Amino acid sequence: MVEQASVGVPFWILSVIVLVSGFMVVSLKNIFHCALFLIFCLTGVAGIFVLLNAEFLAAAQVLIYVGAVCTLMIFAIMLTSNMTSKKIIQTNHNAMVAFFGCMIFTVSVVAMLWITTRDGIWHMATELLPENNVLVIGQLLMTKFVVPFEVVSIVLLAAMIGAIVLARGEKA
Amino acid sequence: MSESLGMLELARVFGWLHELLVDTGLGEPWVTIITYAVLAVVVFGVLAVLALFLVWWERKIAGHIQQRFGPMRNGWHGWYQTIMDGLKLLQKEDVIIATRDKPVFFWAPVICFVAAFLAYVVMPFGKDLIVADLNIGILYILAVTTFTVISLLMAGWASHNKYALLGGMRSAAQVVSYEVPMVVSILVIVLFVGSLSMQDIVTAQSGNIFNWFIFRVPFGPIAFATYIIAATAEANRTPFDIPEAEQELVAGFNIEYSGMKFAMFFLAEFINLFTVSAIAVTLFFGGWNGAILPSWLWFLLKTCGVVLLLMLFRWTYPRLRVDQLMRFSWKFLVPVTFANLIIGAIIKYAGWYW
Repeated sequence: MVEQASVGVPFWILSVIVLVSGFMVVSLKNIFHCALFLIFCLTGVAGIFVLLNAEFLAAAQVLIYVGAVCTLMIFAIMLTSNMTSKKIIQTNHNAMVAFFGCMIFTVSVVAMLWITTRDGIWHMATELLPENNVLVIGQLLMTKFVVPFEVVSIVLLAAMIGAIVLARGEKA
Repeated sequence: MSESLGMLELARVFGWLHELLVDTGLGEPWVTIITYAVLAVVVFGVLAVLALFLVWWERKIAGHIQQRFGPMRNGWHGWYQTIMDGLKLLQKEDVIIATRDKPVFFWAPVICFVAAFLAYVVMPFGKDLIVADLNIGILYILAVTTFTVISLLMAGWASHNKYALLGGMRSAAQVVSYEVPMVVSILVIVLFVGSLSMQDIVTAQSGNIFNWFIFRVPFGPIAFATYIIAATAEANRTPFDIPEAEQELVAGFNIEYSGMKFAMFFLAEFINLFTVSAIAVTLFFGGWNGAILPSWLWFLLKTCGVVLLLMLFRWTYPRLRVDQLMRFSWKFLVPVTFANLIIGAIIKYAGWYW
């Protein structure tokens, strides 16, 4: 709205990075390289968040996805023996299922775009961005959205305990 | 890029440069881009020299603790020893193994080196000396430092060497475990300041020395103690240096690296040391606040003080075993930091702070 003109070039660079590295994630043979390209892809998405003035989301994206999720993924790859040897086939025969899954996603995104822009106007919030949006996010999380926030925390806690129980097995 | 990214405060110092560029009649994006580039080079240069100094300082301290002199040959007390070492590493043959993972092997030191510098975008060196005062300041630092872990994992993997792989994995496990107490101990300070911005954290501690968070009992000293322990682990230094434990892993993740690639890992390690100390100064020791001397000098002196503390840790404490390390983090540090956070929240809510 305010700075569409200046957003142009960085946006296209980031989009190309995200799309190319996203394609690499699903097409490369070496699973370790796939994980690294996933990091690249998610960092590019964080860059797009910065362009949209959502710095908090960008930092959270890098902290959680790159710092935690991808690190654990690489960790799992390293712990699995012969994960990248030539004998192990990295692909499976579920291409058709994946295709339909992707089609459903694409159709829903297009449908959503069509519904929101049906009257030919790209609707945007008319309010100005608050000066300190981190403060507003924090206040909203603790007041208006406190129930969903707590539910997510409990789900994550349950998943964590479940993972520990599963990993621990019968012994001890 | 955008106004919300924070004001280019360091550009005020370089105002003459900006005006010079405007006078040459360049277009607006180019003036900003060139100013940013010059800023980046200046910050990079200062930090690179600082890293060289820290390497020399560490060797001197190690030497004196072990009743020897350390480097003595090059200049007064060997002051340009690390410069000569750097030149030597530049000229050395880059020995690379045939079975390496080519692109990953190449990019690992590059990412490690770049990630080490990223934190300095929001570091308040002085009153107006900050590249960009982002409103997510400290969160940004926590986010970008995760790239260091990724680079260590990459180096460990690409080297095709079991010691390197073990070193990389140990490093990842350690950093992921110690990130939790580190973030929670930082959170106590953020709770009191009510802002994530580094400059806000510093200005909240202005006035007299008892406004520093280290002196705000009970939560301040506890938060500092847990932070400095976790930071030592994050910087992979003794007593938490199992990723490169010489006796167990030869040299850890960087075993197959030589020449300039090794030097990049080595310098990045010292820049990370300076980073964690600078964060400690910003959070607990009032940042650039101080009387008489200029603010950037206070920042530098205080940071060097914390660096000295970490160096003393390194040369006086024995190394922890892997299982002790994990137990210490999850069964001691995490509960303590969370209890501290609750204490801090109660004090803040009840208004018992001054």
